[in-house]
Amino acid sequence: MFDALLGNPIISAILVVIAVPIVLVGYIVVVERVVGLFRRTTAGRVRPWLWLAPALVFLGVFLVYPTISTILRSFQNRRGDAFVGVENYQWFFTQPDTLIALRNNVLWVIFLPLLVVGLGLLVAVLVDRVRFEGAAKTVIFLPLAISFVAAGVIWRFMYDLNPDIGTLNAAVTGVGGEPRAWLVEQPQNNLFLIIVGVWLLTGFAMVILSAGLKGISTELLEAARVDGANELQVFRKIIFPLLLPTIAVIGTTIIIYALKTFDVVYTMTNGNFNTDVIANSMYQQLFNNGQPGRAAAIAVILFLAIVPVMIVNIRRFQQQEAVR
Amino acid sequence: MTQVQAPVAIGAQVQTRRRARPRLGGVAVNATLIVLMIIWAIPAIALLITSFRPAAATNSTGWWTAFTPPWDFTFANYEYVLGRSNIDQAFINSFVITIPATVIVVMVAAFAAYAFAWMDFPGRNILFVVVVGLLVVPLQVTLIPVLTFFRDFAPAGIEINGTMLAVWLAHTGYGLPFAIYLLRNYFGSLPKEVFESAAIDGAAPGTAFFRLALPMSVPALASLIIFQFLWVWNDLLVALVYLGPVPENHPLSVVLANLTTSFGGGWEVLPAAAFISMFIPIIVFLSLQRYFVRGITGGAVKG
Repeated sequence: MFDALLGNPIISAILVVIAVPIVLVGYIVVVERVVGLFRRTTAGRVRPWLWLAPALVFLGVFLVYPTISTILRSFQNRRGDAFVGVENYQWFFTQPDTLIALRNNVLWVIFLPLLVVGLGLLVAVLVDRVRFEGAAKTVIFLPLAISFVAAGVIWRFMYDLNPDIGTLNAAVTGVGGEPRAWLVEQPQNNLFLIIVGVWLLTGFAMVILSAGLKGISTELLEAARVDGANELQVFRKIIFPLLLPTIAVIGTTIIIYALKTFDVVYTMTNGNFNTDVIANSMYQQLFNNGQPGRAAAIAVILFLAIVPVMIVNIRRFQQQEAVR
Repeated sequence: MTQVQAPVAIGAQVQTRRRARPRLGGVAVNATLIVLMIIWAIPAIALLITSFRPAAATNSTGWWTAFTPPWDFTFANYEYVLGRSNIDQAFINSFVITIPATVIVVMVAAFAAYAFAWMDFPGRNILFVVVVGLLVVPLQVTLIPVLTFFRDFAPAGIEINGTMLAVWLAHTGYGLPFAIYLLRNYFGSLPKEVFESAAIDGAAPGTAFFRLALPMSVPALASLIIFQFLWVWNDLLVALVYLGPVPENHPLSVVLANLTTSFGGGWEVLPAAAFISMFIPIIVFLSLQRYFVRGITGGAVKG
């Protein structure tokens, strides 16, 4: 039966697109019917878990189970047949290469969110006041539609050492400067890689911030303006505080992206010239060096690095709940 | 900081009161934005022009020299990419993979996000931290355990590896943490009074979800659909791993990646390939952007 269903991908896709929403909406309808039969307190206790159930099943299979097996793996040796304690972690924190990768990730975590959220906010606010809003948004968003492989190619052209090919060096020599090896000069080559990330992700921040901005009532802004507030005050006292929850979501997402950053580094320098990052060194250990234990340890370290970020976020959620 | 109109009025408001444009900016606003647009466009323009240049020209001169005579443009790169026999099948496969993978994520995430935002249950915050914490799980480490899991299902008569089903399920799992995070935040910032008065009027949580939460969250849903669509459409790794053994199921991203690696140094066709693969995402973005450009939330203030 499954073979027949999956035999023709188009038919099965159409079936899925129609059937899945029906099944999922039907699931909620049935859940509400069943929960409605219970007493009020019991219903309140059971209902959330039934609403969460589909998501929890997916998360369990695709993320939780692999994560647990990765954590176990990080304490095992190369072949995975004996436990070696914290050896893999010791290895990580004593290698000059991985420590450089750690330092570079710190650079990514600081600069990428600052630049992406800052520029995204700037564009979202400015774009609200011009006639070419659609065009501006499309241009800033465009890089998100480009795959990482293509983005890597584009920016290799931008950073090429030869001023006849590299756009940036052509501009530099055009104003009388010397061509520079943007991706080789340390440590600023990390910044030039981060700029590629900024180019890719600012559209993401801009789109979500712009959606949040449109949710702010026009009356509120007009009232402030009528009361004599200038545009800067309107931004600082009204727009920014109201967008703060959205900024926090994007900031967190970008910080996580910065921690996991892989594609840009992999396609542009592959970690050479001291530009390696943790995710790339994990990839190297897993697929090139055949060291799944070490790779697992690196993954666990990445996971732990996000905990402080999440704690800050949950505090903020609780405050939001308290005033709501 | 919340200013709320009566919930009954929301539906009517959206229709009757179009959002007034904020006052237009001056020269400085326009100039800043135009400079940013130029900076952002240059790399993409460079790619577009390069995609129409012959390999010899690309290897010796910059893309900006294409503006001066002798003009040396060619469709050879596009012809090469489009001439591949499996490209139309790959195009269809990309849709077949991307649309269900987007629909399932958005719906499943919306249910979970609504429970996290508007239902009380013990352990809610901890569970939410864990869900969002899963954002950091690097995709690479999940591949082998999940492949093994799928393989262990095969004896039950269901061969999942290599099928579209595997990719739909996998993309749903990987996309959920961000989707739940984004939607929970948006749902949570909807005015409490709306849901309270709905409950007083006797509306069940299911009704409040479908009639209030979803319609009020159209901008967030539109953003999520766009991101999930783009992520699945551009994804190479998941498709490669789960569809690897079945070439006729390969999407555009895999076919194009093979194109550039199968003959060494063939990167002069890559810009053309990149533009072909960007075509659909850009259309999706343009057609959905009006949904979050317009203020759908009516009088509700976020915060």
